[in-house]
Amino acid sequence: MTFALIGTKLGMTQVYDEDNNLVPVTIIQAGPCPVLQVKTSANDGYDSVQIGYNPKGKSPNKVTRPAKGHATKAGVEHQQKLQEFTIIGDSSEYEPGNVLTVEKFSDIETVDVIAVTKGRGFQGVVKRWNFKGGPASHGSMFHRRGGSYGLCQWPGRVFKNKKMPGHMGNKSRTTQNLKIVKIIPEKNIILLKGSVPGHKNSLVTVRVAKKIRKAS
Amino acid sequence: MSDSIIEEITKEQLKEGRDHFKVGDGVKVHVRVVEGGKERIQIFAGIVLARKGGGIHETFTVRRIASGVGVERVFPVHSPLIDKVEVDRESVTMRARMYYLRDRIGKEATKVKEKRIHEQRRK
Repeated sequence: MTFALIGTKLGMTQVYDEDNNLVPVTIIQAGPCPVLQVKTSANDGYDSVQIGYNPKGKSPNKVTRPAKGHATKAGVEHQQKLQEFTIIGDSSEYEPGNVLTVEKFSDIETVDVIAVTKGRGFQGVVKRWNFKGGPASHGSMFHRRGGSYGLCQWPGRVFKNKKMPGHMGNKSRTTQNLKIVKIIPEKNIILLKGSVPGHKNSLVTVRVAKKIRKAS
Repeated sequence: MSDSIIEEITKEQLKEGRDHFKVGDGVKVHVRVVEGGKERIQIFAGIVLARKGGGIHETFTVRRIASGVGVERVFPVHSPLIDKVEVDRESVTMRARMYYLRDRIGKEATKVKEKRIHEQRRK
């Protein structure tokens, strides 16, 4: 089963589970996400569902007319954020105008979370690639540098993907197989064990774990 | 906004009546232990060295001298595994954390200025 929701990361805390263990959890407010469009392979070349999400809980004031028309066609309010998830198999359960909520995760154990990581700016190789750097003292004169970057006249260039200083973070990353600890449908809240990428109030996509999808 | 939701989620798991003991008190911590499918209660008695953190994250450290060796255990204050915390003797402390007891040897190691409960009763 493929299924995804757009949500907001609210932060982290701890809760006790049934075995009285203190579990670190990330709180995510996911959905409600209305379906705006159902794409079919006959019509669009592939099967997917387009869902929307309003991070602040209400429709934005400024709407372009094409976007407004797209939403009204489905019979829903304009959504600030649109996303698609592909469907494998039967797509008949989704129809434009349906509202998807966290309750759909209730019989699922693990999910993946996709989000943009915290931006860390221009960083050196020690922080960015976990290089060890050199000795601090004894006149080594080699502290946090990356060492040699290449070879000699052959090949006469630096290889691609060489680990060097540069911009770190602010990239989309996926955390896989996060266990669902609790679902609170009244508040559209889902608690996941462990951490997810991004800062507080950042947009996240929660989807059914890819690895259980393959097994079934 | 998000902080109030976090507070709400953890609030229902907080145990009431876990603020009656403070740093320096001699306490008996009744801990639920599951052994071979059976549950029994184990008592860990000692002095509270510190209380740290807040909300659901709050913990307290208890130190006791067991057969000549100092033993410290850190408990989450709101853990469901703690049945109850009995206060044996209340104390008057000049410190927020009683870490100086770690350096003490012998009789001094368990000595904390006690609150004179009988004097209060006389009043």
